Amino acid sequence: MTAEPNVSKNPAIHRGDPVTVDRYSGLARLNHWITAVGLILLALSGLALFHPAFFFLTVLFGGGQMARFLHPWIGVITAVSFAGLFLRFWRYNLWRGDDSRWMGRLSKVLAGDEEGVPEVGRYNAGQKVYFWVMSLCIAVLFFSGLVIWMEYFADSFTIEQRRVGVLVHSTVAILAICTWIVHVYAAIWVRGTISAMTRGNVTGGWAWRHHRKWLRDLASGKPSDSE
Amino acid sequence: MFPPVPNPGTEATDQTFGAGDLMRRSASKVTPPAERQTEVAKLIDVSKCIGCKACQVACLEWNEQVEEIGFNDGRYENPPDLTEHSWTLMRYAEYENPETGNLEWLIRKDGCMHCEDPGCLKACPAPGAIVQYSNGIVDFKQENCIGCGYCIQGCPFNIPRLSKTDRKVYKCTLCVDRVAVGQGPACAKACPTQAIVFGTKAEMTEYAQTRIADLNSRGYDKAGLYDPPGVGGTHVMYVLQHADQPELYSGLANAPKISGLVETWKSGAAKYTGLAAVGIFAAAGFLHYLVNGANRVSAEDEAKARDLVEGDRT
Amino acid sequence: MTNNWTDIQNADIVLVMGGNAAEAHPCGFKWVTEAKSERGAKLMVVDPRFTRTAAVSDHYAPIRSGSDIAFLSGVINYLLSNDAIHTEYVRNYTNAAYIVGEGYGFSEGLFTGYEEDRRAYDRSSWEYEIGEDGFAKRDMTLQHPRCVYQLMKAHFAAYTPEMVQRISGTPEDKFLKVAEWVASTANGERSMTIMYALGWTQHSHGAQNIRSAAMIQLLCGNIGVPGGGINALRGHSNVQGITDIGTLTASLPGYLAMPTDAEPTLDSHLAKRAFTPLQENQVSYWQNYNKFYVSFLKGMYGRNATADNQFGYDWLPKLDTTYDALKMFDVMHKGQTTGLLCQGFNPLMSIAYSGKSVAALAKLKFLVSMDPIETDTAYFWQNHGEFNDVDTASIQTEVFMLPVTSFVEEEGSLTNSSRNIQWKWRAADPYFESRRDTDILADLFLRLRKLYDDEGGTAPGPIQAIDWSYADPMAPAAEEILRELNGRALTDLRDAEGKVVRRAGEQLAGFGEMRADGSTDGVQWIYTGVYSPEGNLSQRRDNSDPSGKNVYGSWGFCWPANRRILYNRASADPDGKPWSEEKAYVFWDGQRWGGADVPDFPPTSNPSLRTGPFIMTPEGTSRLFARGFMAEGPFPVHYEPFEAPVLNPMFPAIRGNPAARVFDNDMEIFGDAEEFPIVATTYRLTEHFHYWTKSVRYNAVVQPEFFVEMSHALAEERGISPGQMVSVRSHRGEVKGRAMITKRLQPLQVDGRTLHYVGLPLHFGFVGQARKASPVNSLTPPVGDANAQTPEFKAFLVDVTPLADPVA
Repeated sequence: MTAEPNVSKNPAIHRGDPVTVDRYSGLARLNHWITAVGLILLALSGLALFHPAFFFLTVLFGGGQMARFLHPWIGVITAVSFAGLFLRFWRYNLWRGDDSRWMGRLSKVLAGDEEGVPEVGRYNAGQKVYFWVMSLCIAVLFFSGLVIWMEYFADSFTIEQRRVGVLVHSTVAILAICTWIVHVYAAIWVRGTISAMTRGNVTGGWAWRHHRKWLRDLASGKPSDSE
Repeated sequence: MFPPVPNPGTEATDQTFGAGDLMRRSASKVTPPAERQTEVAKLIDVSKCIGCKACQVACLEWNEQVEEIGFNDGRYENPPDLTEHSWTLMRYAEYENPETGNLEWLIRKDGCMHCEDPGCLKACPAPGAIVQYSNGIVDFKQENCIGCGYCIQGCPFNIPRLSKTDRKVYKCTLCVDRVAVGQGPACAKACPTQAIVFGTKAEMTEYAQTRIADLNSRGYDKAGLYDPPGVGGTHVMYVLQHADQPELYSGLANAPKISGLVETWKSGAAKYTGLAAVGIFAAAGFLHYLVNGANRVSAEDEAKARDLVEGDRT
Repeated sequence: MTNNWTDIQNADIVLVMGGNAAEAHPCGFKWVTEAKSERGAKLMVVDPRFTRTAAVSDHYAPIRSGSDIAFLSGVINYLLSNDAIHTEYVRNYTNAAYIVGEGYGFSEGLFTGYEEDRRAYDRSSWEYEIGEDGFAKRDMTLQHPRCVYQLMKAHFAAYTPEMVQRISGTPEDKFLKVAEWVASTANGERSMTIMYALGWTQHSHGAQNIRSAAMIQLLCGNIGVPGGGINALRGHSNVQGITDIGTLTASLPGYLAMPTDAEPTLDSHLAKRAFTPLQENQVSYWQNYNKFYVSFLKGMYGRNATADNQFGYDWLPKLDTTYDALKMFDVMHKGQTTGLLCQGFNPLMSIAYSGKSVAALAKLKFLVSMDPIETDTAYFWQNHGEFNDVDTASIQTEVFMLPVTSFVEEEGSLTNSSRNIQWKWRAADPYFESRRDTDILADLFLRLRKLYDDEGGTAPGPIQAIDWSYADPMAPAAEEILRELNGRALTDLRDAEGKVVRRAGEQLAGFGEMRADGSTDGVQWIYTGVYSPEGNLSQRRDNSDPSGKNVYGSWGFCWPANRRILYNRASADPDGKPWSEEKAYVFWDGQRWGGADVPDFPPTSNPSLRTGPFIMTPEGTSRLFARGFMAEGPFPVHYEPFEAPVLNPMFPAIRGNPAARVFDNDMEIFGDAEEFPIVATTYRLTEHFHYWTKSVRYNAVVQPEFFVEMSHALAEERGISPGQMVSVRSHRGEVKGRAMITKRLQPLQVDGRTLHYVGLPLHFGFVGQARKASPVNSLTPPVGDANAQTPEFKAFLVDVTPLADPVA
């Protein structure tokens, strides 16, 4: 059956000046921030163990022994938390034909000019890349972390496996940190973004500018990919 | 007989080396002493060893370690492996020599080899948890240890053991406390057959040649000294009947070196490449911002949005 | 040891057989490694198991446990039939030339004079022919058909390499290599030492095992020479001291004999021991027996011992039979013993057939355990499940545990295998309520004496007559006791010219100063000299070696007379010249005997007198033919253990040693090879000391649990996997332990069949820190050697079956 579109009844869009659009639920935001704090703590404690120059960071955790003890537990919490994010968002991050064309015009996007690039749905191709890279990194970090978690898994792996594990863990950690820097920078550079993760909504203008297709879909009553 | 280290007197003795003689210190930079101390070495003559485990007990006693009373699992090795308390262990291998048809019971005292190029120290992220004195002794400083176990990955000989109690790593100290006051290690002191002797590395290397000549005369053509160059030589060396096949001796590493994985992971290049990557990404963002400024939502964007939302209502 | 530990450095060949020196005597074994590394000596090991000694050997030959005599006789046959003997030594220093009387014979495994009902021999036919001059007849050409040499050739001819392989399971080539290496020392230029321990003694034919080895050494000329000898390795820092001091029931201190019922007077006792020489100009040193005996009695009874009362001879107990440990427990088992005082003794663990031991202890009224640690014996009444399954309520024995100081908590002397008496100083204070053994015994003695004084009683003399003149009667000092063992002059001693050689009250400098008239005392004549007028020589710690022959004469004091190698005059030829420069040791310099050691010889006896070097024997020679001194015959014969996997291949009708004592009902408790086809042997681990160190944490750490050593072939046959629990059953009991499956044990081909065997370490029991186990002696048979009654722990029969692993 064909439903008569009735945008005014779409509760995600709030009229006003400016228009605001709900982007993330409270739970999603909580989930995000747990993950974010976890990743920061992991990066700090991880870097402390990665290079002597950062060993001083262990004082943040109550010393070397505590940093060594906490890091894997924070990792577990972060991984579980991230798994929640993954389950929430994976289907919005499936690659579409437009995404490739968007990527082809990335330099325009980076210059702040999004006119002439394909209209973006809930996530643009950059965000999708970030999503998949981070998912992969965290999965690898989680499993390689288990391999080198001496407290519980000392007898489960061979030394040679742990050598591979520790090399993979630190390499992927660097990759994850770099990826994460892009993510954070993008959130800062693209003004109006942060409110999505703080208050849960964005302005209509922000949505028009960066995720026009998503806004159109919401407004036209197409099946929303909002939460 | 290589003359054993004489018994100490009753007066207190000054320490012959200490913190000023550090050649390497984990996760830190030290200035090596201008003059290196005479390198010491322990020589373990497998062909003289009778596997009595006196060294194991002497080690436990001198270091005041309380080891668990285990079980017999059908072997002579007790405990079954090195532990955070048992820093040395006799390992027994039964080898049927295809050349002679004879059974050989190859008994090797396992423990830290005190590598000149110590993989444990290289892998250690905790400043000062592992140190190397200029006489060659590699020692763990448990007060600085964070219990990550990286040294275990770094060691080519599978020696350090992580305590499940205090989460610190332990291994043979080469009786650094005894050597510092002119004594030999407790194991050498206890060895009844002089299978373990202690002296300078030069003396031990020279003495080993007499042992190798004796073994050659008994038909062990491949007898030799185990002082593997892959780790820069060691300060614990073996005289082996079959030096060409160290793996016969309960898997003693043949041509050991620090694992390539560990070297890659711990090499300065890798570390700095990693940190540089992080830096580059951060800097790239910063530059991008400088060049392009913030990506702001314009009033026009807001208007379009309003139009879209309200236009659809009309 | 005829020689000593440090002398092993002089050896060219070291044979370790019937022992496991590296494992059981690791500190002494260092001299073997020295001989190897400094001298290029070769070490060979003959053992049922490839031991830790074999691990550092140059040649290993396997042997079936209990077949040592066949192997050694094979070596003797090899030496004789290849003429690989040191002929001049054999001719002059052994009784090879002596002619044996016509009545002697050997057939079907028995010598002449066997009395089956007594299981004993009338040994009168095992003697020399005596000439008209009263001396034994000899044929120095060794050609007389009844001379010992010819009798030996005939006796040992049957022990061919093939026969050795058939009986002992030793492959012919491995046996021949041993024989060849032995033969390489039969020349006076090279020497071989033989090291043995309980692997030879703990058989029903243990003494003959050792005799066989001694004969080999004599044929090679290896007795009395540096790097030679027949060397018993004692299993305890002071077990030599224990035997010296006469704790064996049939002996008094210094190997003087305990009187028997048949010797009612001192003279009747002495007359049997003062052997008159069998050749001209022989020393026959036991002629001085009376001096040592009277000095002993003076030491015991002091002023109470006078010529008028036979120096107190009546106060000594007179034996009706031997009371060795096996006999003691047999008597106890019959309910004829009231109380047992165990001083440093854990018989439940160390006596054969512990099932019988528990039953015997349960019949006692009281048991006293004097020990630094809690022993299994002291807890024999306590139920420990399968490890000691007793009905506690039914046991009425009252047990007293008296804690005593350990060796580090008291001073005193220890006598090691080298006969070296070494003082040790106290290193720690006594722990808790522990007292010295001496103090407890003094206390007990004084209380007993007071009871006799106050109340009288049966036979008060032996207690009341004892001389107890110690500074503190409650606590005799170790120094006082050593002085007492040494002896002193009781009156001024004068030489033949009337010159005073020793003042009254002075310590004696040597047993040569002892007198039979009661003017000297000295409880332990062989120790005389250790506490001489110069002082306590056992405290000497001078490790100088002035001769360069590895003789450390100023370290401690070696009995007798600080002599480091016994019979050392045999290191020189009959004219007193060393056999070779390499082995020069004690020699005649034209005036006197001298050299590296204290000569075992009259110091000015001219070689032209042809006085023999074996001055203790009436022949002046050693004995290849033992005459009547051995219970089972003058030559060794291969007899099977009482529990044997095969019939005796040479004499199938004979079971075990025909002269060994078997208790009334014990034949029934021997198992047969049908039901128990596997040979078992018990042994010691280097990580443990007997039954003590299972109570010591570190020892328990390095060897925590009983195990059963077996070959891969046996494990496969029985379906046993490494570390699996197995049951080992004999006709007398069962033990359970973990399977240690090893290449070091291999099945042997014996008399045409494949024979398996298992090794059982004996250290584990139900008291202590190590894991609990049943005593291995619950398996062993209570039969002992015919001469020494040492139990047959090294060869008996068992069966082995796998058990399901216990649920952890």
